[in-house]
Amino acid sequence: MTVDLPLIWGLLIGFAVLMYVVMDGFDLGVGILFPVIGNERHRDTMMNSVAPVWDGNETWLVLGGGGLFAVFPLAYSVLLTAFYAPLTVMLLALIFRGVAFEFRFKDPRHKRAWAVSFAAGSTLATFCQGIVLGAFIQGVAVEGRGYAGGWFDWLTPFSVFTGAALVAGYALLGATWLVMKTGGDLQERAYGLVLPLTTAVVAAIAFVSVWTPLLHEDIAARWFSWPNLFYLSPVPLAVAGVVFLLARAVANRHEVQPFLLALALFLLSYFGLGISLFPNIIPPAVSIWDAAAPDASLLFLLVGALVLLPVILGYTGYAYWVFRGKVGTDDGYH
Amino acid sequence: MEFDALTLARIQFAFTVSFHIVFPAFTIGLASYLAVLEGLWLWRRGDVYLHLYRYWSKIFAITFGMGVVSGIVMSYQFGTNWGPFSDAAGPVIGPLLGYEVLSAFFLEAGFLGVMLFGMNRVGRGLHFFATLMVAAGTLFSAFWILAANSWMQTPTGAGFDGLQFTPDDWWTVIFNPSFPFRFVHMVLAAYLTTALIVGAVGAWHLLRISSDPAARVMVSMAMWMAALVAPLQLLAGDLHGLNTLEHQPAKIAAMEGHWEKQRGAPLLLFGIPDMGREETRYALSIPRLGSLILTHDWNGEVPGLLEWPPEDRPNSAVVFWSFRTMVGLGIAMIALGLASLALRRRGRLYSARWFLRLAVVMGPSGLVAVIAGWITTEVGRQPWVVYGMMRTSEGVSPVAAPAVASSLALFAVVYFAVFGAGVYYLLQLMHRPAGADDAGRPPGAPERAAGITPAPSIGREEAEAPQ
Repeated sequence: MTVDLPLIWGLLIGFAVLMYVVMDGFDLGVGILFPVIGNERHRDTMMNSVAPVWDGNETWLVLGGGGLFAVFPLAYSVLLTAFYAPLTVMLLALIFRGVAFEFRFKDPRHKRAWAVSFAAGSTLATFCQGIVLGAFIQGVAVEGRGYAGGWFDWLTPFSVFTGAALVAGYALLGATWLVMKTGGDLQERAYGLVLPLTTAVVAAIAFVSVWTPLLHEDIAARWFSWPNLFYLSPVPLAVAGVVFLLARAVANRHEVQPFLLALALFLLSYFGLGISLFPNIIPPAVSIWDAAAPDASLLFLLVGALVLLPVILGYTGYAYWVFRGKVGTDDGYH
Repeated sequence: MEFDALTLARIQFAFTVSFHIVFPAFTIGLASYLAVLEGLWLWRRGDVYLHLYRYWSKIFAITFGMGVVSGIVMSYQFGTNWGPFSDAAGPVIGPLLGYEVLSAFFLEAGFLGVMLFGMNRVGRGLHFFATLMVAAGTLFSAFWILAANSWMQTPTGAGFDGLQFTPDDWWTVIFNPSFPFRFVHMVLAAYLTTALIVGAVGAWHLLRISSDPAARVMVSMAMWMAALVAPLQLLAGDLHGLNTLEHQPAKIAAMEGHWEKQRGAPLLLFGIPDMGREETRYALSIPRLGSLILTHDWNGEVPGLLEWPPEDRPNSAVVFWSFRTMVGLGIAMIALGLASLALRRRGRLYSARWFLRLAVVMGPSGLVAVIAGWITTEVGRQPWVVYGMMRTSEGVSPVAAPAVASSLALFAVVYFAVFGAGVYYLLQLMHRPAGADDAGRPPGAPERAAGITPAPSIGREEAEAPQ
């Protein structure tokens, strides 16, 4: 066996997390934007635009968690123990968000309460995901095969900042999604949100990009040594290019471009993070090879993943195709 | 009972998993029922089946949503509260749960949107296919989850070096000795659970409007199911018990409240097992029946808890009664099924009010029996998390008790609030009769107060609705 199974799985888990971030990102973002859009009819439309796809999107979160459990059990065990509090709050927030899809239309008398549940759940879940991201970048204390840190290690200025940054990021995805999926007054409001949110997101990206190398010397060395600097310089330049195109797309009232460009912004940030942290699955010291389950486990699940992932991607695309086009107020839960 | 981190983590797991299992137990059966309804509608063209399909698909949507969100909690709980167990058993259990997500969860989530909102957007054949896929997805889900749980009960096909389990043979891991019995037992339980709920809803409407055609179909279909499946479940449970006797004798001893290993053992109808005094107090028993049931022989030998040291005994006080709750409800379901057959022959199935009231009362019995059964098998596995190989106490995360206690309190508050609201909405939906207001409107139509759906679009929907 010369195939590097842990590496393949590291990339696959990375892909699952990316899929989760971009897909659940826009539907969480729609929830984050609820308070900004007060009109109840608009809110119906917003919810209906993601109603058919949200639970399929959330499945990637389970796949990421389940995949980690199966192929990097050490990382699953350590990371989930280390991030106990933010993950627990995230799961509870996702419950409030998930049931609101159904309940808000079922119960006209408490419609406002379920709208709050949807908005607060989406925002809090996103904030917790951002905290986990920041705490992950900072690194986790490990001794032997267990978590060796304290209960509140995850709570730092940096992680609170990444939490807020992710809320802005998902809100941007949500706004561009609404631009694509809606029309009229709601679409105009969504257009108005894109550039302010983009500004916030780009500022956050810049801030994290400067802050991260300051946290870890090895990350700084990776980015700022020659010739790496030469190979990696396109990343920040590409971010600048995407922002320029995004501004132009909004000015020209393109409908699909803003969403794709917002996704590109996420892809670039994700790619930058990958470069910074690879090959660690528990930064700063546990690599994917250290944490991998026996090859028998990796191989067994890989067979299924290679067969089923393309099928899943295919019909996920198909589901989006079925629900393509503008959403009306009459396409939602009943 | 000391409330240390281990006890709290176990309570948290029991609490969240009991809440969770209620939803899949209902949706596994309901997804199959919806597929049957849609098939009947396509085949026989009876409008009543379409009305029933729409009626139950709304209920399915809410229940499935609650199953998804409570299930995500489960998939993360292994790592948060059971880190060392996850690290050790991840190589074996992880891939099984991974397959569950890949094959089942995606199938359900991917086709659920088409099933619930797509009738106007895709053809009838494709829509039926989507319903079938959702039904298949729920069964795949059950397959993999039961494989993982069964392996923890009867671990085969993997070695253990004290740090990690290493799978040697996946076939043996998946088809471990207790898996076939447990899988059949659970799927039948889900079908019964759904039949009892559907029957109760139908009976509720017949008590109010005796001529409701949709309610008659509900009662009729549900009672056929109960009459056929309840006795079958008794048989499946009996075989599962024989398998447990072979592989987990201590669990059987705890379930039966037996302390001495004996031949020709009695069946205890009542008793209070006392773990401290090592006896079952106030025992009320039928001689020899215990051995007959467990070994199919008057003089068969059955185990007693004293064969194991105290630290290796499951808590008989719990499983003795959870087991009797499950079996008692099962016998009541068989009686309900037999009564339905007798009434059907005399043409009084839809008019005998005592029977309809009984059917309403029996509505939640399937869910109660499912929870009681899971408590029996899980508490009966203690003190092991992987039977005979890894103790539950070795698998718990190094989490301080206050942290587990506060997260448990949060879960309790949120679950009761959110799922309480959910169950209330479900009951509201079930209280409305099927038929009239489901007629002539596609499933995608929002069921909302006037004023949200613009009038023109209502007209358009009716024009597009399948005639």
